[in-house]
Order: sequence, then structure tokens, then C-alpha cells
Amino acid sequence: MALTGLFLMLFLVIHLLGNLQLLKDDGGEAFNTYAFFMTHNPLIMFISYTLYAFIVWHAVQGILLWLSNKSARGNNRYAVQYSRPEERPSRNMAWLGIVILVFLMLHLYQFWLQMKLGKLPPVDVAAYDHPVQNLYIPVAEAFSNPFYVVFYVLCMVVVGFHLWHGFWSSFQTLGLNHRRYTPLIKTVGYIYSVAIPAGFALIPLWMYFSKI
Amino acid sequence: MRLTLKIWRQGGQYKGEYVTYQLPDVNPDMSFLEMLDVLNEQLISQREDPVAFEHDCREGICGTCSLVINGRPHGPMKGTTTCQVHMRHYHDGDTIVIEPFRAQAFPVVKDLVVDRSAFDRIIQAGGYVSVNTGQAQDANAIPIEKETASRAFDAAACIGCGACVAACPNASAMLFTSAKISHLALLPQGQVERQKRVLAMVAQMDKEGFGKCSNVTACEAECPKEISVENIARMNREYLAAVFASEKEMA
Repeated sequence: MALTGLFLMLFLVIHLLGNLQLLKDDGGEAFNTYAFFMTHNPLIMFISYTLYAFIVWHAVQGILLWLSNKSARGNNRYAVQYSRPEERPSRNMAWLGIVILVFLMLHLYQFWLQMKLGKLPPVDVAAYDHPVQNLYIPVAEAFSNPFYVVFYVLCMVVVGFHLWHGFWSSFQTLGLNHRRYTPLIKTVGYIYSVAIPAGFALIPLWMYFSKI
Repeated sequence: MRLTLKIWRQGGQYKGEYVTYQLPDVNPDMSFLEMLDVLNEQLISQREDPVAFEHDCREGICGTCSLVINGRPHGPMKGTTTCQVHMRHYHDGDTIVIEPFRAQAFPVVKDLVVDRSAFDRIIQAGGYVSVNTGQAQDANAIPIEKETASRAFDAAACIGCGACVAACPNASAMLFTSAKISHLALLPQGQVERQKRVLAMVAQMDKEGFGKCSNVTACEAECPKEISVENIARMNREYLAAVFASEKEMA
């Protein structure tokens, strides 16, 4: 969980940096150029197949872990359920993860699959001498729907809570706990888990409100 | 003061249910276990089956007492065993729910008594030093840094009560096992069997059916000896190192 989680957290940073090109008001020129590059560069294609495998691995391992931990707890539950407020994200990692998995399936169907099936209209970009697929169209369409924007932002809140625990937890599981460095790891983790989802949420909000 | 107790009863005539008892006159100077003694005297005088619960030293050092009191192992106070909880922390008219430690690896024997022998088997798997370490004066002759000795002592403070398992949403025994592993891994006497120990104890822990750590850290919060989750990270390090560096092939 820790190794795949750390890889996925690294991916989120790259994904966000790429997506921030949507904030450029150029009708998707930069974004489409980037999307073509990301789907045709052999090194990045190799990394992306690793990524798909890691997403599946992280999800499968997480669900199996959740089920085995539930059975370890036994059939009788405590009549009085006590938990400290700061434990809430960590106690709900499985539920948060399942919401993210559902979001991810929709997310991949909407953008990634359409592109892979070649269903998107071609568009000319300055960087290439041939037309590329216009991924900007489904993105702009989705983010013009207020319900989708709200759904997307809520999913980013869920991602934030998942990362709130996941960041520090990955280091702890790998044995990286030290009185000098753990407070730093935790602080970086909390900043990361707010900044990254906030960055993703900014894109649909910006695109929606700048079009009104 | 007057208290209402809701106690888990299991075994004999009870199928596993909460039974409510009234205690009309509880002295605030009593310890929690003395309060249960009073309840049992009342039950015995009424020719009823007394509530089974475990206790031994009643000084907070043996790790025999257990109980989940209002959802918290060893009650509401930080760094305190059940036997050291006193009734002055409760108010007249309070309802107290008392449950056994719950985990698949800790089956209920009767009422509030659970079988914690899974912990003994984890210790038997490797929580010892079997090489000759000499007499007491030999221990004094081995140089050890103060900082390291203190860390080992902090880990050795674990009384093996099982509150970590009871508090963990995954019923994981990693705080207990890691405290035992840390205690010996930090000391010079523990070096010879260091790799073998962590592999064997972790294997036994998994075999007993405890859950896996997801770093909720409820164990650390509820531990009566305030054992730190730093030990869990240390155990993970020790385990990884042993898996890759041990000359022995794993069974």
C-alpha cells in the first residue's frame, strides 16, 4: 500500500502540473499539445502502463486489507464506539478509497477512454505538423456543467482526506519514522493533501466561472 | 454515588448480551475494580453468577486487568490501567458500559475475561535472548549509549495487556510485537538473534489472526504505558532489513 501509494502521490503532482495548462486561455492549444505528447512518448507510455497497474494493485490490495482487518476485529462490535477526531481519515481509508475508485472509473471513461478509442475530433496545434485529438472539447464540456463541477470538487475533498492520512502513513509503513524527520514529513503531508486536491478543484471552478 | 452498569455477559446462562446492574452506593475513593468487587458481592448475596473479570497486581504493572470502559480500553485516562482508574472520575447517576477486549485473536472466555495467550505465543516465537549473556555484572560491563538504553527501556515498559489490539480498528497487535522487538533489537544482548527474532515474531503474529497496521495510532493513544508507534516503524525497518539481509531463508 505504501509503495504504490507513494508512486500514485508522485503521479498526482505530475498530473496536476499538466492539467494546470487548462487554465491558459488559448482554446486548449497547450493542453492538446501536452495530451498528445503524454500519449505518444515511449518513456511516458511505459510509465503510464506502470501507473495503471499500480492503481489496480493499490485498489485490490486495499480492499483485501480492509476485508482481512474487518474479520480480525471479530463479529461483536463495541457498544460504545470511541475514536479521536484526528483518527477519522485513517479509520475511513477504505470508504474514501472506494469513492475515489468510482470517481476514477468515471474520470477514465470520460476523458482517457474517449481519447484511446480515437473518438475525439482532430485539431491542429503549432507544435506538431499533423492534427492531434482535441481532448480539450470533452473537458470543457464537462466543466461547463455545474453539477459535474460540484461532483468533481467534492471528489477532490475525498481525495484530500485520503491523502491526509496516506502521506504520513506511507512513510511509517516503510519504517521511516524518526523524531527529527517525522514532524516534517507530517507537515509536508498535510500541505500536500490540501494543495494538490485544491489545485485540481481550481481547474473546473476556474473554467466554469470564467465562461459565465 | 449511584451508578448504572451495562456489562457484557457471556458464558453459562448468558448467550453474549449486555446486562444492566444498579449500584446504589459507590464510594468515590474506590478503584474501578473495587467497584466491580462490590457488584460481585451484591450478586453473590443474591445468589446470582458474579461477573468474571481479570485482575492481579492492582498496581498498574502486571498487565492482567483489561476491560473496555465506555468504548475505551482501560478507561478514560491517559497512560492508566483499569486498576488505577478511580470512581472519583465518575459522577452520580452515570451509566458505564463495560465490555471485554474484542478481537478475533482474543476469544472471550467468560464475561469480561478474554484469552490473551496469542501474545504468549508471539513471545515464545522469539521474544527472548537465548545466547549466554553472563551474570548481572556482565550487563554492566557492556557499553551502551544512554539514549539507546532509554529507548529500549521505553519499549520494555509494555506490560502486554492487549489494549493496543482492543483499541485498533483492525485488531492489530503490531504495537505489542514491535515493543518487544524494539526492546531487544536496541540492546547489545539482542543482536545475535535480531533478524531471526523479527521474522519469527511477525510470522506468529500473522498466524494468530491479528489484523494489519494501517497507522490509525489509536493503540498509542490508549496504551497504558504510552508505547510509541515509533516502535512499529522500527519493527517494519527490522523486518525489511531481515527479509533482505538475513542469511536464513524464510520458512
